[in-house]
Amino acid sequence: MTPLFANGPALQTRALFAVLLAFVVMFLDHRVEGFDRVRPYLNSVVSPIIYAANFPQKFFNWSSESLSSRSDLLAENQRLRESYLVLNERIQRMEFIQRENDRLRALLDSPLRQDFRKMVTEVMAVENNPTSHQLVLNRGIADGVFEGQPVLDENGIVGQITEVSRTTSRVLLITDHTHAIPVRIERNQVRSIAVGSGSLSRLELAYVPHSTDIREGDILLSSGLGQRYPEGYPVAQVTSVISNEGQRFARIIARPFAQLDRVRYLLLLWPPQKRPTDKHQTPMASGVK
Amino acid sequence: MIGSRFLIIITLLVALILEMLPLPEQIDTYRPDWLLLVLFYWTIALPNRCGIVTAWLCGFLLDILLGSTLGINALVYSMIAFIALANYLKIRNLSLWQQAFIVALVSAFYHLTDYWVQHFLTTAYFIPQELWSILINLLMWPVIFVVLRKYRRGLRIR
Repeated sequence: MTPLFANGPALQTRALFAVLLAFVVMFLDHRVEGFDRVRPYLNSVVSPIIYAANFPQKFFNWSSESLSSRSDLLAENQRLRESYLVLNERIQRMEFIQRENDRLRALLDSPLRQDFRKMVTEVMAVENNPTSHQLVLNRGIADGVFEGQPVLDENGIVGQITEVSRTTSRVLLITDHTHAIPVRIERNQVRSIAVGSGSLSRLELAYVPHSTDIREGDILLSSGLGQRYPEGYPVAQVTSVISNEGQRFARIIARPFAQLDRVRYLLLLWPPQKRPTDKHQTPMASGVK
Repeated sequence: MIGSRFLIIITLLVALILEMLPLPEQIDTYRPDWLLLVLFYWTIALPNRCGIVTAWLCGFLLDILLGSTLGINALVYSMIAFIALANYLKIRNLSLWQQAFIVALVSAFYHLTDYWVQHFLTTAYFIPQELWSILINLLMWPVIFVVLRKYRRGLRIR
């Protein structure tokens, strides 16, 4: 029943109102973070759409896994067994060193380093805002995920959680141009800040004077100064140092260790002071301790 | 008889899922803006059902899904709905390919405004490959139009 004369406010008024409302929402969300409390609910409302969009990929993965040949599986099994053996040997050595370190720290009256709780999560295959580097994970508040939580892969730091919903969460990668991570150089403990460049394979060190001792090949570890990322995890390796005296600071470019363009499984960390609720003690991924 | 509103919402939801669906990397830059096309069709075909409010809400949902600053897509989508509503009688009378050119113009407006607002907020970089989707939208419009018209007439959505 198409009404002959439309009722309600005029078209221009409605459009103006919509535009104004959009501006207000943008301002609230971007400048004063007015949506921080509501965001988890909003994200929870739309997470069925994310799961629906993720389904084809999941189905293809599942079918390719269940249709892979016996010989492939055997070969993979063999490979994993070997790496398991090698890693286990390393863990034994590591435990010895850890005990020694704990003893020495006790002698010096320094606080002991605690172990982190970890959880394996899977990256969901869905589209993201093309201008920023983000990933969606299949764990949420129900698993104890919180905003600001550090996320790693097997090689190094990947990023931090910026948004959570009940069953999903969103990671901001360290290479996003709005992200920065405090680092120090493994060789000489020089501190700096690695800022994302907007390219998945590049970080830049900000405000480094020309005289700073940084060389190509230096390894950057997280310094733990920002209270976000735990100390001592690998972040990136310096690939080039451009010291142009005409510029105010040296231009130092590093390449992240984590393979940000092909992540599938990631590790969530719980720093010791932030324990997830005991009710949801999901089985800890054994073997990744 | 299922309500027309419900049937329209279903197509919008499918468009949202398609929008989130990852494509293989080679063709990912050539993805059409499904939601924009579907919304544009409904605004022209049934301006009494689908207008600025629908467009705003769809844009808002897309903002949440894509993890961008809330309100960017809501802004641009409601502006596009305004353009469509103000001219729907003219656009309806155009041939399919002329409509496709209008759609291309609209999607160019969408991508440039989207970039401009994001740049204003977070110093985002311009991705020239995004402009490919203008051409793809132009080519996809006849398909979307024919499919949705069949859907609309078959289910007598008014």
